[in-house]
Amino acid sequence: MTTNLPTPGLRDVPTAETPMTRKDFASDQEVRWCPGCGDYIILAAVQGFLPTLGLRKENIVFVSGIGCSSRFPYYLETYGMHSIHGRAPAIATGLATARPDLSVWVVTGDGDALSIGGNHLIHALRRNVNLTILLFNNRIYGLTKGQYSPTSEPGKITKSTPMGSVDRPFNPVSLALGAEATFVARTLDSDRAHLTEVLQAAASHRGTSLVEIYQNCPIFNDGAFDVLKDKEQAEARLVRLEHGKPVRIGEREWIHDAHADDPSRAFEISRLDDGTMAHVPIGIFRQVERPTYDDQVRSQLTAAASTQGEGDLDALIAGSDTWTVSHAPS
Amino acid sequence: MAKQVKQLDRVIIRFAGDSGDGMQLTGDRFTHETAAFGNDLSTLPNFPAEIRAPAGTLPGVSSFQLHFADHDILTPGDAPDVLVAMNPAALRANTKDLAAGATIIVDTHDFTARNLTRAGYTANPLEDGSLDKFSLHSVDLTALTVEAIKDFGLTRKDAGRTKNMFALGLLSWLYGRPVESTEAYLTKRFASKPDIRDANLAAFRAGWNFGETTEGFAVSYEVKPAPMRAGTYRNITGNLALSYGLVAASVRSRLPLFLGAYPITPASDILHELSKHKRFGVVTFQAEDEIAGIGAALGASFGGSLGVTTTSGPGIALKSETIGLAVSLELPLIVVDVQRGGPSTGLPTKTEQSDLLQAMFGRNGEAPVAIVAPQSPGDCFDAAVEAARIAVTYRTPVMLLSDGYLANGSEPWQLPDLDTLPTIDPCFATAANHETEVGDREFWPYKRDPETLARPWAIPGTPDLEHRVGGLEKADGHGNISYDPTNHDLMVRTRQAKIDRIADSIGPLEVDDPSGQARLLVLGWGSTYGPIGAACRRLRRHGLDVAQAHLRHLNPFPSNLGEVLRRYDRVVVPEMNLGQLGLLLRAKYLVDVIGYNQVRGLPFTATELEAVFTTTIEELHR
Repeated sequence: MTTNLPTPGLRDVPTAETPMTRKDFASDQEVRWCPGCGDYIILAAVQGFLPTLGLRKENIVFVSGIGCSSRFPYYLETYGMHSIHGRAPAIATGLATARPDLSVWVVTGDGDALSIGGNHLIHALRRNVNLTILLFNNRIYGLTKGQYSPTSEPGKITKSTPMGSVDRPFNPVSLALGAEATFVARTLDSDRAHLTEVLQAAASHRGTSLVEIYQNCPIFNDGAFDVLKDKEQAEARLVRLEHGKPVRIGEREWIHDAHADDPSRAFEISRLDDGTMAHVPIGIFRQVERPTYDDQVRSQLTAAASTQGEGDLDALIAGSDTWTVSHAPS
Repeated sequence: MAKQVKQLDRVIIRFAGDSGDGMQLTGDRFTHETAAFGNDLSTLPNFPAEIRAPAGTLPGVSSFQLHFADHDILTPGDAPDVLVAMNPAALRANTKDLAAGATIIVDTHDFTARNLTRAGYTANPLEDGSLDKFSLHSVDLTALTVEAIKDFGLTRKDAGRTKNMFALGLLSWLYGRPVESTEAYLTKRFASKPDIRDANLAAFRAGWNFGETTEGFAVSYEVKPAPMRAGTYRNITGNLALSYGLVAASVRSRLPLFLGAYPITPASDILHELSKHKRFGVVTFQAEDEIAGIGAALGASFGGSLGVTTTSGPGIALKSETIGLAVSLELPLIVVDVQRGGPSTGLPTKTEQSDLLQAMFGRNGEAPVAIVAPQSPGDCFDAAVEAARIAVTYRTPVMLLSDGYLANGSEPWQLPDLDTLPTIDPCFATAANHETEVGDREFWPYKRDPETLARPWAIPGTPDLEHRVGGLEKADGHGNISYDPTNHDLMVRTRQAKIDRIADSIGPLEVDDPSGQARLLVLGWGSTYGPIGAACRRLRRHGLDVAQAHLRHLNPFPSNLGEVLRRYDRVVVPEMNLGQLGLLLRAKYLVDVIGYNQVRGLPFTATELEAVFTTTIEELHR
């Protein structure tokens, strides 16, 4: 798999000389999520999908924050950092800006990305740093044992809300579109083919890609997305978005345009789910080209070196106002 | 008629006016002229946190103090010999600081009843005799300036704004300063606005000529150049020297410099400065907050950059969790804290040394970091290089504790010979470093260098060294997550031992005790070096024996510090806090050090320290 990748997002990342398999990306660490956790399916999908990128695995980095999903990097045989709560997008921004030859991934959850790390998330999205952010949304705090999260539904009874939550939840896709993210998608842990397809597109995108993955927590919020997985109901509830293809809800029908420069239409589509999951769009909401933060930073470095010449340290520290004392003091 | 020229060995001048009067610029230009003339000098800018406080009020007064001499000096001086006051508030705010018999040059233009009241005067001090003990020059500088530049077609307001250049011209004449650098500066600064440029030049020359021709100033002064070591010099502020030190460390280590920062007084100038040096491959990332600033720097360090974050005390508070992560990851990281008055927002533009304990202990868990402090504006260069050396060699965060006085103060600085800077070798890991029982080669990210206890730094992109790091406790050696009690105890002690080992790479603390007879040791750290040194010189001139030592490394301390402390009958530790170094010394060495502590937002004066040291010596001999 030494082909030149047609993926602008990974343009500067060196490719592997020999094809790799899923096994090459499995670390020697025992996976320690709860039995039945949706994270297992996502891990398997990512391990199965990474070899198809054809990258050298030493040039792939996974950065995470804190939470169940943030254990993800330990299980991948790539470079990885399990950082602190909410800060993964900031850390990944520094890494991606300093190293164009890396494929940088952020793994985060609804609490990590949207509560404690909400500021870093929106700023990564607005800057459009070349990163792929996988947001595992299980609508609950798992690692701290079952408090409501910023995506939990209103009225939710949890350990910290015995009379029901009075917080209004974020819709992560709407939030990302509000920050004018250049790539925003949603997929389901249970639909491996769709998940893989979305991951492929996200990795190929140059800029910040946000992929919200609906993920089941069997311990503290089991069945949160069952209506989207149930064979009889799912097709009526899921609104499948594919660029250039028709979308139909009841009488309404339109051609989905993920490439529209204005995010308003994508935002409107993100609002189809009114919280009841009667209509839940999945797929790529928005995928547009915009210069990335890190590319522009590096091009300024190149421009400065080419117009002013490489830095001369002696000249720099001397400045323009020097004087010379030629004889030693008496 | 040629005027009389009087010889002086040193002068302290303070320029004071409204924060919009351009006093910082005036002081800065006078400093450049003085540096070019070859005096030794030291400066102290002092300005309010408000960008434009209400005009004519005491809170709005901005000042710039400059001490220059024909000999080696260490401080910006205690009591000014000359005050240039541009309005009543500037006069009132500064008169109490003046030396007896000082010269006051006042712009009388704004001495209206309304402005006098606004400044808190009940009578006009220029007329009521309250300034009789000074040599008062009341001059309508504004009117003279407006008259001098009336041909340039400026509005009255714009014309009035050039009065600072008139004042600069007058002072430049009074002290025989070379004017070329100011003329060149004005020509370049206002190149795109010829009328403003010409007006400023004209005001500057008019000020000079006014001094030369008016009978009000009968005498001008000469302060001869100071003998200095042979070499090339420039004038430099602490923030600039610190920025250059970081660039030099980057060049020296061949690590690209990555600065992640959020604007904060008085550290922002480092961000501004480094953003100019893209041709050196320097990346500056203005983050969304303090936490993202250090986060991005740590991410860049993980990728093989020299990661740096710059801030002041409140920013350190926000960065604490990430510093702890860096301690756990054991990656190089430089954290610059330009200290200011605290707690909370405190005194943003004033200086203090009250973040030492925050630097030392301000994290959860046992999270030791190295701490380095510069002692003068120019020394910020060497301190930054030293911070980088420790960070890279020992794979650790290093706290670099500057302060507001060092940041904005300036002094002549001999350009260093870059070949003599310490070696900074990143020594990246490139191959497996461990053999398993069955003979497999593996990479163990926490297998340490036996001498330094530093772990290998394997950066992404290095084949076969893929590994995961994180904030969870790691097993010694292979680095996988471990909750084992004994392992945790070992790792906590090992991280501390690694920081302690840094002491092996720094020289012993040197004590300046010229007579060898001193019973009093004065020990300081950071920006107090100047006033402590100046006070010790005065004592010695009076025949008293005093020893002085100054700490560059606050963690770990130099190996001989305990022995030095015990050698003296009395140890005084002056600090601009309530005794933070004193606390550490007492805890570590069980030595009864005596603190001298002031937190006024201003550097110590040599005079007050002289009195403290003298009293201490008298007590010793009682």
